[in-house]
Amino acid sequence: MIEVNRQGEVWVFAEQHAGTLEDTSIELLSKGRQLADQLKVPLAAVLLGDRVEPLCVRLGQYGADRVYLAEHPLLNHYQTSSYAKVLDELIHKHKPQIMLYGATPVGRDLAPRVASALKAGLTADCTDLQIGRHEIPSTGKVYENLLLQIRPAFGGNIIATIINYDRWPQMATVREGVMPMPEPDGRRKAQIVRENISLLPGDLMLEILAEHRQPKKVNLKASRIIVAGGAGVGSKENFKLIWDLAHCLGGAPAATRAAVDLGFIDRDHQVGQTGTTVRPVLYIAVGISGAIQHQAGMIGSQKIIAINNDPEAPIFQIAHYKILGDLNQVVPMMIKAIREKV
Amino acid sequence: MTYNCVVLAKQVPDTKRITGQAMNEDGTVNRAALPAIFNPEDLNALEMALQIKEQYGGKVTVITMGLPAAAEILRQSLYRGADGVILITDKRCAASDTLATSYILSCAVRKLNPDIVLCGRQAIDGDTAQVGPQVAEKLGVPQITYTEQILTLNGKTITARRSIGNGWQEVRTKLPVLLTVVDTANEPRIPAAKRLMKYKAARCRIEIEAMAKQDPSIDVEAVCKQLEQKGLLIRQWDLDVLGADLKWCGRDGSPTKVHRIQSVVLTTKETKSVEPTQEAIEAMIHELIVDHTIG
Repeated sequence: MIEVNRQGEVWVFAEQHAGTLEDTSIELLSKGRQLADQLKVPLAAVLLGDRVEPLCVRLGQYGADRVYLAEHPLLNHYQTSSYAKVLDELIHKHKPQIMLYGATPVGRDLAPRVASALKAGLTADCTDLQIGRHEIPSTGKVYENLLLQIRPAFGGNIIATIINYDRWPQMATVREGVMPMPEPDGRRKAQIVRENISLLPGDLMLEILAEHRQPKKVNLKASRIIVAGGAGVGSKENFKLIWDLAHCLGGAPAATRAAVDLGFIDRDHQVGQTGTTVRPVLYIAVGISGAIQHQAGMIGSQKIIAINNDPEAPIFQIAHYKILGDLNQVVPMMIKAIREKV
Repeated sequence: MTYNCVVLAKQVPDTKRITGQAMNEDGTVNRAALPAIFNPEDLNALEMALQIKEQYGGKVTVITMGLPAAAEILRQSLYRGADGVILITDKRCAASDTLATSYILSCAVRKLNPDIVLCGRQAIDGDTAQVGPQVAEKLGVPQITYTEQILTLNGKTITARRSIGNGWQEVRTKLPVLLTVVDTANEPRIPAAKRLMKYKAARCRIEIEAMAKQDPSIDVEAVCKQLEQKGLLIRQWDLDVLGADLKWCGRDGSPTKVHRIQSVVLTTKETKSVEPTQEAIEAMIHELIVDHTIG
């Protein structure tokens, strides 16, 4: 752990694969920028990899004042032990007050290892971050300008705000897609701080024998309109209704976990706590009851239309337009209405 | 060679099946009303360990840290085939966050000197997925998170396939290792009837003590001795047995603190009801075009 220090920077772990930045890192920079401005400290990105310096340009354009750049051939592929070792060193050296990671498979593998080595706190899967104060009721002691780490817990049934006042850095992983993507500012440039690091082959605990990444077939996060189907759609064949409605709106088809588990559609299309978090302009929920785990992934939608034949379906409580009826009749009506009007 | 496997398991409230009875009138969840279950992905971890034992030989020990009631998942582990089970229970563990929990668990794991430590990817009450990697760090061993399958175990070398979200990776490392296991890894077996009959009487000391409080005629020492002779006394460790440094346990050992808990109330926005008729739906579509939501 490091001592509490008010001058410490706000850091974002810049996750990259084969020289491409993850979207989450960009989202984190926009949030990190707000936090750093509030605390009146610089925002820095920490970039690890092999020959990844070109990425510093984008990190600067998206808000980083500084990039700590650790390049080494042994950092070419992400590995828990080598990345954790380097981050542990850099955090001890520069003493940031806040360190953020995307809650990606890499972030969720790396951050706890770093936190354990630092004996620092870590809050997983935050959906919001704020700066605020905390008072200890028993002593009346007040801590100002802490990172409020806000996350759902208990399967999404409660929202917990976690703080970390005496053992720093204050670290959190942040859910993908919950922070808006910022616009790049072409005039912004980050200062590059090159870090000399020493790594030995023995620092790599794993051998990566093979790797396969499927490009995502659908980019739900970038879709303005999403048409999602739940278990209520009934069958894979009937899911064609969802595809058709999405198609005529120029939107993307999506689904609940239940519909994915039933094999109606590919897992890439899953919205919710264990899927993608989306915030489209319009979300049409078809045959979706609206379990809290699903709501967690779509509650940020600007407009929600819910179609369900169960008047008690929780989805109706968050919908702007409630259509109580049989989706097999309602969806074709909608398709007809859209084809005629648009 | 044979393998000494340790499984870390947690008893959790069943947050996935919240029924009307567990809801308060204000739309919040009454956590006390939720049934306590074996954390689902820890069952996948146990299954993976049992399969290692069946294929290569060795033994499987399940550890849980929790209240005395958590002994129930240890009995369930015995029904499924665990060779040994240990309950870590101590009031000084209370308020442990993931860092303190992983410290305490790592002290226990060290005493067993395993080749392979397995746990579920995450527990459904907190969904943090942090304890596994933190235990691995404390033990100084490699971690393979999101493990889907063990491909080969060859002497002291393990090859496994892990999920990386939108794909997979095959990795190789030397034992000892810690694996966190995902729910797609396997189908956990159900309790075996014979083992259930044998082990349903298994108890740990703190459970006997609680019974003795209700019924003073129970002689705790005698019952424990009896159970031990039958192999039915569940091992129970406290922080002293673990030799844990209290500085890293419980509230003192936990850097993260709860600032506030808010119950999620399903918010009712202004909802317009639209009749399922062609006219009403056309009117709605028209509204959405006018406000530039679509078109």
